[in-house]
Amino acid sequence: MSGRARAAGLGLVLGIAVAGCAVPAPAAPRDVTPAGTPVALEGTLVVLAAASLTDVVTDLAARLESAHPGLTVETAFGASSTLAAQVLTGAPADVLLTASRETMTVATDAVGGEPVVVARNRLQLAVPAGNPGGVTSLADLADPTLTIALCAPEVPCGALGAQVLARAGVSAAPDSLERDVRGVLTRLRLDEADAGLVYRTDVAAAAGQVEGIALPADVDVPTDHPAVVLPDAPHPEAAAAYLALLRGPTGRTVLAEAGFDLP
Amino acid sequence: MSVRGRGASPGGVLLVALASVGTAVLVLPLVALLLATPWSALPTLVGDPTVLQALRLSLLTAGTATLVALALGVPLAWVLAHDDLRGAWLLRSLVTVPLVLPPVVGGVALLLLLGRRGLVGGALDTWFGVTVPFTSVAVVLAQLFVSLPFLVLSVEGALRGASRRRALAAQTLGASPAYVLRRVTLPSVAPGVAAGAALCFTRALGEFGATVTFAGSFPGTTRTMPLAVSQAMDSAPEQAVAMSVLLLLLSVAVLVALRGRWLGGLPGAHAVRSGRTPR
Repeated sequence: MSGRARAAGLGLVLGIAVAGCAVPAPAAPRDVTPAGTPVALEGTLVVLAAASLTDVVTDLAARLESAHPGLTVETAFGASSTLAAQVLTGAPADVLLTASRETMTVATDAVGGEPVVVARNRLQLAVPAGNPGGVTSLADLADPTLTIALCAPEVPCGALGAQVLARAGVSAAPDSLERDVRGVLTRLRLDEADAGLVYRTDVAAAAGQVEGIALPADVDVPTDHPAVVLPDAPHPEAAAAYLALLRGPTGRTVLAEAGFDLP
Repeated sequence: MSVRGRGASPGGVLLVALASVGTAVLVLPLVALLLATPWSALPTLVGDPTVLQALRLSLLTAGTATLVALALGVPLAWVLAHDDLRGAWLLRSLVTVPLVLPPVVGGVALLLLLGRRGLVGGALDTWFGVTVPFTSVAVVLAQLFVSLPFLVLSVEGALRGASRRRALAAQTLGASPAYVLRRVTLPSVAPGVAAGAALCFTRALGEFGATVTFAGSFPGTTRTMPLAVSQAMDSAPEQAVAMSVLLLLLSVAVLVALRGRWLGGLPGAHAVRSGRTPR
């Protein structure tokens, strides 16, 4: 490989890495204060969210912060099962958003709380831009010559993926089982894997780097994204405001733009 | 334990108190781990096929990484130990960087080098159809990247501590540099090499960040013990605890074996290390 081609290759990889870091600019905080919030909110609100909700949760956090200058919103993302385990071990969090009812139940069974479904999502067969592996259907996930990245079966996207694959009668041959759905997305963005199963919203978030192939209707299984204000929340008012923002018109618009179905 | 010297001066008391806190910081987490261990169920938990699979992969990859580190690291240490080498400081700095670098950064760097679109990985894929990520080779490379400096610096220290007199004597008797290294210098630094290899092995065994970033995580191919522990922590915490205890015992066993070698097997080791010629 010539020096120039090598430099171009590195530039491509670094470009992808930089593009991956771009955070959507928050819009003007005109309509963000949820009706009925009496006082300015202060302190540090901690939101734990499933990896698939990264962009939406970050966007809404910025909007809430601009509406309440005294408030800082800290966000942490990961596999829902990891987050549920963190809540169980007493992580000081205010809001929990998961990618499945099952993982939410693990948390609320232990600590309580009344979860509400804020969005629904679907999986898509995803490939890097240009589809280098020539992937056309779920059956290609069984091809041992292709590099396949899936979610680990312990996390919601992996459990959902297993359901989809079972319905399609495909026994996949994955090369890596990632800790959360964004791990799979990263493999596809960097062109290290030929195909994977990620949420439709992840494909939208990585538009230009990743292409999605919709699943046949008979194997497609939607999943719910529930949210809850944790009973031990150190900042219950700010947590309620965050959830109200998420369920209100602003949140619904942001969710819909990201490709989520609304309940 | 008692501190000899000036008796119970306020400064001495403070030092002992701080030392006790320091000890607690290191020991208490492990005490908690041992207390949480379901000892009666341990054989069943550790005998689980997925655990044995991860253990086998870990021992295999960390062992391979250590052997490769020995083959590459001993010569590297030998080069570094020569004072007359120009630019040795630069070489030593380069070797030390991975030691202080967060392993996950090493994983990103390896991906940019050997990934399918990486500096070298792109050519490997185009010309030979070889891709490194998601293979056990990638695991070994990640482990090698983080553990090789431990071996190099240990061996270099041993080489510097070893007497050069015997090496010079052998040289004046007509031995080639390679022969001197193999028959005179290396035997006298064997304890240092063993210590370096043990450090290297345990570091490779514990590697997580670079492995998960560069090699991915798949049972039997790339999911080593640390990755399996982390994954199990969410779904089967008891199994995660059992695997953690297993890793702890393994690491302690390496330490004990090493001490045995130091204290029992090679009585001259201390003399050599302190710069005196034995006998």
